[in-house]
Amino acid sequence: MSSTTKHETLIEADAALPTVRIVREFDAPVDRVYRAHVDPEQVKQWLGPRSIDMDITTWDMRTGGEYRYTALSGGEEVAHFYGSVHRVWENQRIVQTFGFEEMPEAVSLDTAEFIDLGDGRTRLELLSIVYSMEARDGMLASGMETGVKEGYDALDELLAKGAGA
Amino acid sequence: MVEQNDRLSRAFAALADPTRRDLVARLAAGDATVSELAAPYEVSLQAVSKHIKVLEDAGLVRRSRDAQRRPAHLEAEVFDLMTKWIERYRQQAEERYQRLDALLDRMSEDDTETATDTDQERGAAG
Repeated sequence: MSSTTKHETLIEADAALPTVRIVREFDAPVDRVYRAHVDPEQVKQWLGPRSIDMDITTWDMRTGGEYRYTALSGGEEVAHFYGSVHRVWENQRIVQTFGFEEMPEAVSLDTAEFIDLGDGRTRLELLSIVYSMEARDGMLASGMETGVKEGYDALDELLAKGAGA
Repeated sequence: MVEQNDRLSRAFAALADPTRRDLVARLAAGDATVSELAAPYEVSLQAVSKHIKVLEDAGLVRRSRDAQRRPAHLEAEVFDLMTKWIERYRQQAEERYQRLDALLDRMSEDDTETATDTDQERGAAG
């Protein structure tokens, strides 16, 4: 809905390191953007996809805190996310783990940096680190699961074709 | 779904190896035989052949039936798909942040309209 500037989300998947970096700018002061991450009432308004309701059981964004929420689609529980809050620097940085019950071995260490750009603007930089390139690529690919099913189907066709040649 | 994920994992796993990524980069320039591919490396033909086999099993590379040379050919379409996956991931993040944009807009309107800001109290968890 922002009418002033068009911001694009930048994604970088390092070729040699199991990381994903996301960069995005906002037309809002840094304390606002930070608060939208730590106040559960605000978080549930933007974090999950539109079709998914977030049922937040715990959202304690303090050093040593934790968070836990259930994703609901049409009233049905689809995933259970949780993590530990390693450390927070108010209005500057949040370091936390991110995981979900459905795939307990997949965990990432996420650092969110809130950078004050002045003029009431903020840059958010997220760095997620996982334990292997394979896990990272799986994380990127998991983006497909929530929507574009035909992508898998197309891949299937391609891979089937390749195997048969 | 499980099978699809297996294939997906195989494709990504095949590319997790730097030598295989390098082989893929060189095949992007054109088809090549195992001995042509092995030339710049200090590894055996067998080792390169094994790498090509992994890429082949993952559906990323195809070997032609030319019995003598059997040049390896890159399945470029698979890589287009991978680019699409990353783009899809990016789009999801972008959609998320457009919702945050909207929230931040609403918050700033609230600010100008009312002097009392209860969210301010609630917000700072520390």
